[in-house]
Amino acid sequence: MSPFGGFDMPIQYKGITEEHNAVRHEVGVFDVSHMGEVRVKGPEATKYVNHIFVNDVTGAPDGQIFYGMMCYENGTTVDDLLVYKVNDEEYFLVINASNIDKDFAWIKKNAEGFNVTVENESPYYGEVALQGPKAEEVLETVLGIDGKDIAFYNFKVFHIDGEDVIVSRTGYTGEDGFEIYGSHDFTIKVWDKLMDAGVQACGLGCRDTLRFEVGLPLYGHELSEEITPIEASLSMFVKLDKPEFIGKEALAAQKAEGVKRRIVGIELDGTAVPRAGYAVMVGDEKVGEITTGYKSISTGKSVAMAMINKPYDKLGTEIEVHIRKKRFPGKVVKKRFYDKNYKK
Amino acid sequence: MSKILDDLRYADSHEWVKLEGDIATIGITDYAQHALGSIVYVDMPEEGDEVTAGEEFGAVESVKAASDLISPVSGEVVEINSALEDSPELVNEDAFSNWIMKVKVSDPSEIDALLDAAAYAKICEE
Repeated sequence: MSPFGGFDMPIQYKGITEEHNAVRHEVGVFDVSHMGEVRVKGPEATKYVNHIFVNDVTGAPDGQIFYGMMCYENGTTVDDLLVYKVNDEEYFLVINASNIDKDFAWIKKNAEGFNVTVENESPYYGEVALQGPKAEEVLETVLGIDGKDIAFYNFKVFHIDGEDVIVSRTGYTGEDGFEIYGSHDFTIKVWDKLMDAGVQACGLGCRDTLRFEVGLPLYGHELSEEITPIEASLSMFVKLDKPEFIGKEALAAQKAEGVKRRIVGIELDGTAVPRAGYAVMVGDEKVGEITTGYKSISTGKSVAMAMINKPYDKLGTEIEVHIRKKRFPGKVVKKRFYDKNYKK
Repeated sequence: MSKILDDLRYADSHEWVKLEGDIATIGITDYAQHALGSIVYVDMPEEGDEVTAGEEFGAVESVKAASDLISPVSGEVVEINSALEDSPELVNEDAFSNWIMKVKVSDPSEIDALLDAAAYAKICEE
């Protein structure tokens, strides 16, 4: 077990490769109870969420989910999160475990002046993520939950065993799947049922290899208090046409002027493994740094996401990665090393 | 339980050595390959490189991490196991037959400072 965000978390159960392949080709389950949950309620909930969140929840149907970030005034990132719209006056925010205290302080501070209440419900909720092409089938046969009518990035609340359980068609693997939020007791029951049914338990190790292959960012690597969503190549989630949100001016200026650096993909010619923190070189100049890298389990290629200075971020740019004492040649590619298989 | 061969000498950093004449064959132990998990890359020195006892000569990479290789002896690299370039997973299959490098040792007495099988087994139990 390894410490992660104040929790003892398994890196792997059977092995990263086996768990990774189970999710890509069959189904696997992650205990992600460490994730944080915050509930926002009140007449001005929609206006408030739009104030702290870069994506735009205006006019969304109940039951829809948005991915996006909370940013500081200077545009760098407090956290990336999911926003679940219960209704116009209630939202459920899912935040990263290691950022719970920082995020909740930020959420609370910025709620001043809005007619809303904010509640940190993280201690109450457990969460499992059931991921893979067979997730829908297992959700029904093993857990008795019908997820067929839950569309991608939507959720439903089910009343099971005397409590409200949130089931959303979301995940962090690039595969179809569901995330299930309930009390700790409920979560343990769900986990045990899935184990009894032979579903592969998956650890943090393959959670990282899976999200990485489909180009999803991890806070602390591709996003941070020093990195804006524009620099992270996530501007599609930043709705600059909204009337206002924290960080809008800085992000609009960055978009207009162009970023000085951004997250791109890198593919090496050989099979050495580029890891976070390794230098990316063009000639004698350090032009960037690896943020996450692996020898991809799904494709066998040595690939990475990296923060690269302009103009070396252009697709096809030839670079070298400094790995220990040697340099390994490669090039800039799209930061999607494996295609997503979402059920939309 | 990981395998330990009686006729080899071991470093506490989990490399094994077999000395024949003045040629030392060096690899990582079964315990080490098991702890690392799926090996995806072995970073080896080049033939002709000088290695020094107690110093890093390469690395073994698993999916999750890179681990330095520490040379148990000093000398000149005379051969590397080029099969590992394309098939690093051979080390997982059999860590003792899939050696990493052969070194012409400059000081055979360095071997005496290494652990025998019984002493290495104790380290693995801790």
